[in-house]
Amino acid sequence: MTALAPIADAPWRELFDALTLQRGYTATVVTLGTTVLGAAGGLVGSFAMLRKRALMADTLAHASLPGVAAAFLVAVALGASGKSLAILLPGAAITGVLGVLLVHALTRTGRIRPDAAMAVVLSVMFGLGIVLLSVIQKSDSGQQAGLSTFIYGQTAAMSRSDVLVIAIAAGVAAVLIGLVLKELAYASFDQSHARVTGIPVDRLDLLLMALVVLVTVVALQAVGLVLAVAILVIPPVSARLWTNRLRRMLALSVLFGALGGYGGSVASTVLERLPAGSVIVLVSGCIFAMSLILAPNRGLVAAACRSARLRFEMARDHTLRAIYELADRAGDPWVPAASLATQRGASPGRTRTLARVLAFTGHVERHADRVRLTDRGTAEARRVTRNHRLWEQYLLTYADVAPSHVDISADHAEHALGADIVDLLEHALASRGALPERLPDHTELEGADA
Amino acid sequence: MNPPPTPRPFDAHPEHDPTSPVSIHALTVAYHRKPVLWDVDLDVHAGRLVAIVGPNGAGKSTLIRACLGLIPAATGAVRFWGEPYRAQRQRIGYVPQRDEVDWDFPVSALDVAAMGRYAKIGWFRRVSRAHKDAARDCLDRVGMLEYADRQIAQLSGGQQQRVFLARALAQEADLYFMDEPLAGVDAATERAIVALLRDLRDAGKTVVCVHHDLQTIEKYFDDVIMLNMRVVATGAVGEVFTPDNLRATYGGRLTTLDRAGHAIGSQGA
Repeated sequence: MTALAPIADAPWRELFDALTLQRGYTATVVTLGTTVLGAAGGLVGSFAMLRKRALMADTLAHASLPGVAAAFLVAVALGASGKSLAILLPGAAITGVLGVLLVHALTRTGRIRPDAAMAVVLSVMFGLGIVLLSVIQKSDSGQQAGLSTFIYGQTAAMSRSDVLVIAIAAGVAAVLIGLVLKELAYASFDQSHARVTGIPVDRLDLLLMALVVLVTVVALQAVGLVLAVAILVIPPVSARLWTNRLRRMLALSVLFGALGGYGGSVASTVLERLPAGSVIVLVSGCIFAMSLILAPNRGLVAAACRSARLRFEMARDHTLRAIYELADRAGDPWVPAASLATQRGASPGRTRTLARVLAFTGHVERHADRVRLTDRGTAEARRVTRNHRLWEQYLLTYADVAPSHVDISADHAEHALGADIVDLLEHALASRGALPERLPDHTELEGADA
Repeated sequence: MNPPPTPRPFDAHPEHDPTSPVSIHALTVAYHRKPVLWDVDLDVHAGRLVAIVGPNGAGKSTLIRACLGLIPAATGAVRFWGEPYRAQRQRIGYVPQRDEVDWDFPVSALDVAAMGRYAKIGWFRRVSRAHKDAARDCLDRVGMLEYADRQIAQLSGGQQQRVFLARALAQEADLYFMDEPLAGVDAATERAIVALLRDLRDAGKTVVCVHHDLQTIEKYFDDVIMLNMRVVATGAVGEVFTPDNLRATYGGRLTTLDRAGHAIGSQGA
C-alpha cells in the first residue's frame, strides 16, 4: 500500500463531489444559494427569537401566498410575464406585511390573544392564496404552471441571479444588524428601560420586521412558504443551547444556518428527487436535535449527568452522616449495614451499593455485614454532619426569616453550602448562643484532611 | 376681591416648579377607558428619598411609567426640572420591576450594567473599555463585581435586582425612579440597597421608589406619596404617614372613585 485508496465507490465519489461543489454548475449555484440563505436566516432569526417574534415569520410567509397570486394576475393583466420574480416577490412582501399588521391590529383590540390572532390570520391568508391559485389554474393565460412551487419551494430552479439576490439580502441584513447590534439587543432584553433611555424601540422593531420580510421572501423560492419559518427559527434555537453569550450565539446561529443550507442542498443533489427545501429543514432539525442532546450545560445529557451526580452526592452524604451518627450513638465504630438502611429509610439493596461505592472511594471499610468510616470517611462525615446540624439549627433559630429568604431549598441546602456560608451560619448562631450541641469539630476536621 | 376661577389648561403649566426634579400636574391615566390615576398633582423635592405607597392596583407603577412616558397620559403633564422628559432624559435613571424582563436572555451581568451607558456611548459604536470599566464600578458598588461574567439567569433574585440597580447607577442620573427595588430580596440585599439609596441621596440625588413594606417606610424614606388612584397625601414621612392617611389610602371599602372607575370601565367592555 503506497497510497491512500482512491474513493472508488460511485456513491462516495458523488458525495465527495457534491461536498466540494464539483457536481456541475447548477448544483454549485444552488448549494451556494442555500448556504448563504441559511446564514442570513440564522442571523435575522436570532433577533426575531430574542424579541419573541419567531412566529411572526410564519405568519408572514403564509400571508405572502395571496400576494404572489395577486401579483401574477396583475402582471398577466398588464401583459407582462407572470412568473418574473421581480413582480412576484414584492407582491409576496406586501401581503406578508399586511398579515403581520393584521395580527398586531387584532391583538391591540384586546379581544384576542396574539397566538390565536396569528393562527387566524395565517390560515385565512393562506386559504385566500390557495383560492386565488386555483382561480389562476383554471384561467388560460398559458403560463400558470409552476406558481404553486412557492408553497413547497423549488430549490433546484435557483439561478445565478437568484443567488445574487440572496447574497445581497444577506449582506444588507449583516450590515444593518452589525450597525445596531447593541441597541437591538438592549431593546430585545428590556424594552421599557431601552425606551426610557431614548432608544427608538418601535423603529428597531420595524427594522427587524423589514429584515424578517426580506429573508422570508427570499427564502420563498428556495424552501417554500410552509417551511420558510424553519430557516429563521431552528438555527438560533439550536445556537442558544450552546452558549450564554449573545455574540457567540449569533455566530453559531449563522454557522448552523449555513450548515443546514449547505448540507441539505448537498444531500438533495446526491439523493436524487428529494426536494432540497425539505432536506435543508431536516438537516437543521438534526442539528437542533444534536444540540438539544449534546450541548454542554443546557443539553439533556449534561442535565441528566448533573442531576444524577447531585442525587449520588446527596445519597453519599446521607450515608456518611448516618454511619457517623450511628457509630457515635452506639460508641462502636462498626455499624451494621442493616441498621444503616433503617436509619436512612432506604432499601437494603441501595444501601449495600452505596457502601460498596464508598468502600471503593476509600471512605469506609467493610467487614462481614458491618461498615466503619476510614480516616478520610470520618473527615468527610464530620464536614457533612456539621453542615447539616448548623443548617438545621439555623432554620430552627431563624425560622421566621430563613426559609423564605434563602434561595436554595432546605432539603438540598446542606449539600450546596460553601465554606463561606457555613462560616456565616456558625457566626450567626454563635452570636445568639444557639450553636447546636455535639457539633463535630472544625479543627479536628482539618487535621484529618492533612 | 377674588379673581374668578379659571379652568386649568392642560398644556400650559405655570404651576410647574423648575427647581423640582419631578413636577406632576393634573395627571390622569386610563387603561382601556378605566382610569387608574385621577388628577394627580405633586412636586417631588430635590435630594430626598421618596416612597410611593398604596394598595394593589392603586396605580403606583403606573405613576412611574406615566412619568417616564412609557404609557400615555389621558390628561396632564409631568415636568422634570421644569422641562419635558425628552429634554432631561440623560438625568433620569430607572429600575423597572424585576419580572418585566426575560432573565434567560443571553447576556452577562456586566452586559446589563453596561446598558446603562448606551445613551452615552451613542449609536454605531462598540462598548469601549472605559465604559466597561464604568459599568464594572457600578457592579462593584452593588457588591456584584465577582458575578460580572455570570449569565443573568444564574443569579438569584436579589442579585438580579442588584444588577438592575447597577445599570441605573451606570446611567449617572440625578433622579431615579425605582419600581419595588426591595421586592423579594433577602435581608442582606435589602440592607445593601438601602445603604446605596442613602448614598445617592447624600450625593444630592433624588430617588423615588415604589415600596410595599409599610413597616420600613419610616426607617428608610424621607418623604412619602400615599396613592390610591388619587394622591391621598404627600409630604415628609413624619408629617403625613399617619394612621388617618393610611386608613384613607388602604381603607377596605370601595371609594366613590373606584365605583366610578368600575362603572366607566364596564361601559367600555
